[in-house]
Amino acid sequence: MLDIKKIREDFPILKREVNGKPLVYLDNAATSQTPQQVIDAIVDYYQNYNANIHRGVHTLSQEATDKYEQARLKIQKHFNAAKSYEIIFTSGTTHSINLVANGFSALIKKGDEVLVSAMEHHSNIVPWQMLCERTGAILKVIPMNQDGELRMDVYDELLSDKTKLVFCNHISNALGTINPIEEIIEKAHKVCAAVLIDGAQAAPHLVADVQALDVDFYTCSAHKICGPTGVGMLYGKEEWLNKLQPYQGGGEMIAEVTFEKTTYADLPHKFEAGTPNICGGIAFGAALDYMNAIGFEEIAKYEHELLEYATQELLKIEGLKIYGTAKNKTSVISFNIEGIHPYDMGSILDKLGIAVRTGHHCAQPIMDFFKIPGTVRASFAFYNTIEEVDILVAGITKAKSMLL
Amino acid sequence: MEIKEIQEEIIDEFSMFDDWMQRYEYMIDLGKSLPLINKEFKTDDNIIKGCQSKVWVHAELEDNKLIFTADSDAIITKGIIAILIRVFSNQKPQDILDADTNFIDEIGLKEHLSPTRANGLVSMIKQLKLYAVAYQTQIED
Repeated sequence: MLDIKKIREDFPILKREVNGKPLVYLDNAATSQTPQQVIDAIVDYYQNYNANIHRGVHTLSQEATDKYEQARLKIQKHFNAAKSYEIIFTSGTTHSINLVANGFSALIKKGDEVLVSAMEHHSNIVPWQMLCERTGAILKVIPMNQDGELRMDVYDELLSDKTKLVFCNHISNALGTINPIEEIIEKAHKVCAAVLIDGAQAAPHLVADVQALDVDFYTCSAHKICGPTGVGMLYGKEEWLNKLQPYQGGGEMIAEVTFEKTTYADLPHKFEAGTPNICGGIAFGAALDYMNAIGFEEIAKYEHELLEYATQELLKIEGLKIYGTAKNKTSVISFNIEGIHPYDMGSILDKLGIAVRTGHHCAQPIMDFFKIPGTVRASFAFYNTIEEVDILVAGITKAKSMLL
Repeated sequence: MEIKEIQEEIIDEFSMFDDWMQRYEYMIDLGKSLPLINKEFKTDDNIIKGCQSKVWVHAELEDNKLIFTADSDAIITKGIIAILIRVFSNQKPQDILDADTNFIDEIGLKEHLSPTRANGLVSMIKQLKLYAVAYQTQIED
């Protein structure tokens, strides 16, 4: 059993008030809050060993390099990557996806096919569209059903010898659906297509074992798992990372430079041009330590209780409809109330100190599918409480009485 | 009534409210009572860009005065439009162009709106002034 009261003590921000009310933070799918342990790691870096890494001869630089590389090892261990150099530090999931999409430019040709799921975040649609425009490849979409589950029967039909790449999120940010990625990966590999799984929404709720999944690329952002913004990771199988062209040129990523020719550094440095977010990388490691100390099994179990309770209580509100009713989903609830614009609902809830997300959640194709302008999205983390669900329900009821 | 007078009237009305809740309730009421826009004017061409909710504005000239009609799919946004229409509709284009918009700060509207909504408000005013420019040119021609 998680001691939620004690866990909440770790998060200074949860003590603050918003508009004169205690903050009820239910926008965790957008960004999670930061525990003191991670804040301490950030402060410690700048107070004690701030230096550029990998090339300094002095002590501070070596200390910073050690801590940064230790963080890489923590990430490797967490996702069970075979090699530490298969973990590339990036600025986040969007950067990771763009890195792969650009790297594939030379490996994809006209007429090849790229499959993407219907419930992707824009960051997992646009880079592939751009890749297809550059190469003449064709983007095809794996559709979903009314519950927000992928149509695996159609996926089977879409796969062919022409399929070179498949992209799918592990968990949908707008609907919370947990996608059957094991099956997606296995089937793609049968036609020799590479698979990238966007784990941005999954990383806060479960641990992906990249070797067991046999996934080619997996990516996530630190700021959704109690880490800082502006840092994330890309896991890539060594064989694929060696095939990909570097995304950005600069310092750190070279072996030798002359004006005639440059040779690239080995992995992972080939993809890490320039001075990285050193502090961010170290804090990312601290965030994983924090989450693992609590335990992902316990986190998942507790968040599921929150999801079930919130779903049950929200459905008691007349006119409320939940979008994303997959059997297998995480603690994300997207909803609307008949006759109320999500933006109006979000504005009133904010005045009551309740932070939710409103709009299309960077997933316009999903909103088009349901023929709605957007939704209100409440997303729960392990530090949220049953009482906060009650405050949300009371807030929605209050807003409804004002707006209708 | 002149634009300045209407603005002062609105400032007076808002000064009676003690908290945001009353302001919001008032804006929601204004939104609900905004006269319906003629359906034929709810076109994509009439949508104001920069708002998270959809906003349609139509303008036409009557006796050298600009008449605005508008709608939105969000009710609080509609309330904001209702306030703007009350200030700027049925006025001469040149007067609309000359009018300052300080009253928005004085009624504390911006501080009670989310940043995206405050941006939307700026876009709306810009659009009303653009209509005024267009019709002023037409009058001068």
